[in-house]
Amino acid sequence: METVVKVDQLTKKFGSFIATNAISFEVKKGEIFGFLGANGAGKTTAMRMLSGLLTPTSGEASVAGFDVATQAELVKQNIGYMSQKFSLYEDLTIQENIDFYGGIYGLSRQEIKDRSKGIVSKFQLESVIHKLVKTIPLGWKQKLAFALALIHKPKVVFLDEPTGGVDPITRRQFWDLIYEAANDGVTIFITTHYMDEAEYCDRVSIMVDGLIKALGTPSELKTSFQVDSMDAVFQLLARGTANKI
Amino acid sequence: MKKFYAFVQKEFYHIFRDTRTMMILFALPIALVVIFGYALNNDFKNIPIGILNQSKGQTSEKLIHRIIGSGYFVVEQTLEKPQDIPKAFKSGKVKLVIFFPTNFQQELYHAKKAQVQLIADASDINTAINTTSYVSGIIGDFNTENGRENSAGIQVSTRMIFNQRLLSVYLFIPGVIALILLIISALLTSVTLAREKETGTLELLSISPISPYMIIIGKVIPYLILSLLNSFLIILLGIFVFGLPMVGSVALLILACFVYTVASLSLGILISTRVETQQAAMFASLVSLMMPTMLLSGFIFPIESLPLPLQVISNIIPATHFIILIKSIMIKGAGITLIWKPFSILIAMTAVFILVSIQSLKRNK
Repeated sequence: METVVKVDQLTKKFGSFIATNAISFEVKKGEIFGFLGANGAGKTTAMRMLSGLLTPTSGEASVAGFDVATQAELVKQNIGYMSQKFSLYEDLTIQENIDFYGGIYGLSRQEIKDRSKGIVSKFQLESVIHKLVKTIPLGWKQKLAFALALIHKPKVVFLDEPTGGVDPITRRQFWDLIYEAANDGVTIFITTHYMDEAEYCDRVSIMVDGLIKALGTPSELKTSFQVDSMDAVFQLLARGTANKI
Repeated sequence: MKKFYAFVQKEFYHIFRDTRTMMILFALPIALVVIFGYALNNDFKNIPIGILNQSKGQTSEKLIHRIIGSGYFVVEQTLEKPQDIPKAFKSGKVKLVIFFPTNFQQELYHAKKAQVQLIADASDINTAINTTSYVSGIIGDFNTENGRENSAGIQVSTRMIFNQRLLSVYLFIPGVIALILLIISALLTSVTLAREKETGTLELLSISPISPYMIIIGKVIPYLILSLLNSFLIILLGIFVFGLPMVGSVALLILACFVYTVASLSLGILISTRVETQQAAMFASLVSLMMPTMLLSGFIFPIESLPLPLQVISNIIPATHFIILIKSIMIKGAGITLIWKPFSILIAMTAVFILVSIQSLKRNK
């Protein structure tokens, strides 16, 4: 299997504070990679470096075959991004949002037309396509946001707590979309605070204080920590931190 | 270029769908022009005066006719005795009382010299100064025509150039343009950028392949177009409704509006790089830009009469230089050789604002 994300000794310092401390890992094509950690553990900094927004202090990383430090523009063209905070432009209609994201990723008019047709039929949006986004329910917005993060057919999609604030059923449906994308060969890089979602990932890394403290499939981690849930694994590592402080 | 077009299109959707923005864009300029044009008009006419004429001669009668005939004054009250004067002022009916004493005619006849007293209500200082000087002027002219010379023998001949009728529209139209362009350019741009920060969409844009410079230029282009449209709207209102002259070059006028708009836009960007929320952006624009522009740009108070520290501040406000430009071009018909200085000051200011904004943007990286 092809390696899509390759991170080697990646470090970012802000003054004397080390946000991510020499982290290394690899993610394969079509893999769902859970990127866990408490708030402030360094997840966001790492994701920002991988998406070409922050320049690493030292170490190397390549995403979709491009170096994040020297080829940030090519990295950006090949990744998608969605976060809980972002849910489209509320004062634009669904169609206008589709056209806008297609446009800023440089898709041709025909490509936008085709993909927008695909999105509309997949989510049965025919009746609301010309409605303002602020008038549609949150669950739909998130599905639509995910579809838009994939509109330019990126190799990797970064999902930053994508399911915050929605009910379990909608979350389950959202995961169906994630699996579908992964089956199509898109690499999924996801952060979440829901430990049941961690169980859905192919592999999981847990960051504590800028370091990757655990990395493996959910079942490997549960075995090595001798617990029966990902929640317990997380608690164990997070509590360890609490004691240190 | 396609990316850029998609971005600008999105900005126009934001603008046309936001009622508040649309009000600021189209209702506010017209409201301001009408308010300043009709209501806050400090043009000098129909000042109510009182006459106390105890002289029984022809001269005082002639002089009174002359004063009324000027069109600046209306006789609101005719007083009987000096004791009535305080009451007339207290009631607020008159701004000025002209008092001819009993011996006016005799003194004039025998001593070739007589006194007329002007008593003005100085609680309204501008009117007091204006009325007394207008009346003195009329009396001076009257003297000259009747072969009497002023005591010093020097005659003052005044001519008001560029604005013979002393219309305040000459002052407020450039002021309103300066204010409106500032509101649209600086306030709206800083708010719209802050909104993308607040909703998190800026994060998304920065991850997309569209470059930060394209984001900023895409943000300002719609406002630049709308600002220019708006300034023409105000200028046309000024010319056709309020009779503002247009003596100078139209091309220079467009250039002046353009340069000032770009300066204001760069101020808006500068503000938005420093704030996180729309409210903070709005507050920063109102306090640091609108207030000084209203008060210190020469729009309402003449710069020359400000204390020195405020004059210094006045000089670093873009609107001050823009108002000079507009007045010089429209009213005086000045060419580029006469007004290159305010032009270069505005361009230099813009360059500084843009450099500082780029620095702040880079610091976030």
